[in-house]
Amino acid sequence: MEVNAARALAGSRTCFVGIGLPSTAANLARATHEPDLVLIYESGTIGSRPTRLPLSIGDGELADTADAVVAVPEMFNYWLQGGRIDVGFLGAAQVDRFANVNTTVVARGADRPEARLPGAGGAPEIAANCKKVLLVLRHTPRGFVGTLDFVTTMGHGSGPGDRAKYGMRGEGPVAVITDLGILRPDPATSELVLTETHPGVTVDQVRAATGWDLKVAPDVATTAPPTAGELAALRTLKAAGRKAS
Amino acid sequence: MAGMRSLHDAVAELVHDGDTVALEGFTHLIPFAAAHEIIRQGITDLTLARMTPDVVYDQLIGAGLVRKLVFSWGGNPGVGSLHRFRDAVENGWPRPLELDEHSHAGMANRYVAGASGLPFATLRGYRGSDLPTRTDTVATVVCPFTGEELAAVRALNPDVAIIHAQRADRAGNVQMWGLTGVQKEAVLAARRSLVTVEEVVDALEPRPGAVVLPHWVVDAVSVVPGGAHPSYATGYSERDNAFYTAWDAIARDREAFTRWLDTEVRGAAGAGSSEAEATVR
Repeated sequence: MEVNAARALAGSRTCFVGIGLPSTAANLARATHEPDLVLIYESGTIGSRPTRLPLSIGDGELADTADAVVAVPEMFNYWLQGGRIDVGFLGAAQVDRFANVNTTVVARGADRPEARLPGAGGAPEIAANCKKVLLVLRHTPRGFVGTLDFVTTMGHGSGPGDRAKYGMRGEGPVAVITDLGILRPDPATSELVLTETHPGVTVDQVRAATGWDLKVAPDVATTAPPTAGELAALRTLKAAGRKAS
Repeated sequence: MAGMRSLHDAVAELVHDGDTVALEGFTHLIPFAAAHEIIRQGITDLTLARMTPDVVYDQLIGAGLVRKLVFSWGGNPGVGSLHRFRDAVENGWPRPLELDEHSHAGMANRYVAGASGLPFATLRGYRGSDLPTRTDTVATVVCPFTGEELAAVRALNPDVAIIHAQRADRAGNVQMWGLTGVQKEAVLAARRSLVTVEEVVDALEPRPGAVVLPHWVVDAVSVVPGGAHPSYATGYSERDNAFYTAWDAIARDREAFTRWLDTEVRGAAGAGSSEAEATVR
């Protein structure tokens, strides 16, 4: 999953990085095929070159190795809202068939309170202002739900034209990368379609882990297995992160 | 004019029951020691504002001092949930917690409006999100020049802003560097402000990218070495990642949390002196 998420950054110049899996993927991309990728974290760092995976988006390593550190209002107003960033790379608690994201609350039935998630963070405006968006999360029926209880961050809304209606920049989510495969929006309907599975994963397995009737491409490709170089770089990053924390 | 005060006296003077308080910091320079002093003084019915409420807000919420939270992302960064925050929202323990919830861009702009003396700020924000359905501090305005509809967020003007910084000079001019988050905006938006610092120096040597808050916008400065622990102060200390990880188990359980609070915060002897603060770990 991390390797394929890193590969999805091929050709990108600038990436607004969410913490967790997106941060792992973006740092792996920089350690392998995109050494010049500019990593931007919402804590205010532009061009961070961490040698280990940060535990948090505010770890000192990100500021110490950055080209510039800016205040948070500047980050959101000038750099993000100014439309200067290619890729927004986000994690999610829940995703629906149009790649909308919920990180706020999950309903648990009539007599129980909503389960509280961390909230929006930077995601609504990252998804609205970057030229394209990548999502990475583990593939489970609880994570891939037909209808969200709450839309924190709009992906493709309810279909084609919704992003334009809201005046959003960019293409929106172009890929959802999971531990089972890769889903991409159908250009005609904006609905997510399974286009690739990872080696050894079956289409039925992915269907079973998806909480809606998942559309599948006519010929589902298999992602290339991680190379020795990719795995070594990933292990190095993770080992350095463990040592530091 | 920034007066030098003990932490005890500064908190007692500046923070009152029912206040809206912003203890800001974006992972870096989080004013833990000042928050612990609020807990020891039992200042209650607070509305807490912060973009990224993390462990220290979990502690204030779990202590039962918080009525409402104004925020945009509440979690233990890199670790997981804030269990005291979740318990308050989901189960009302130790008291119900009202929420005013935003995105980061919205919160940052609320502080900017507050610091600018404006009633609101505009941004291309909240589009397609359900967030505006749960708050009365987000609305829309039409641009008078282009006709574009934009989000409007209400200015946030806390009664008190509390931040931690690297150092101050003897007049109370404050200097901070590294990740500076929204601390300047929070101080300028607030009616009163308290800055805890690592040290007081004779002269503030200029540093690239440093933020200086002149003494006449700060009410009180308290010298509290290590006052950001377990967060960190660039140039002085490293982030104690082990504490953030350990917090998950402490906060998961109401009794374990209460024990921790009694032992590590409320039980800390000699509250108010900087020496005592340095031991509050």
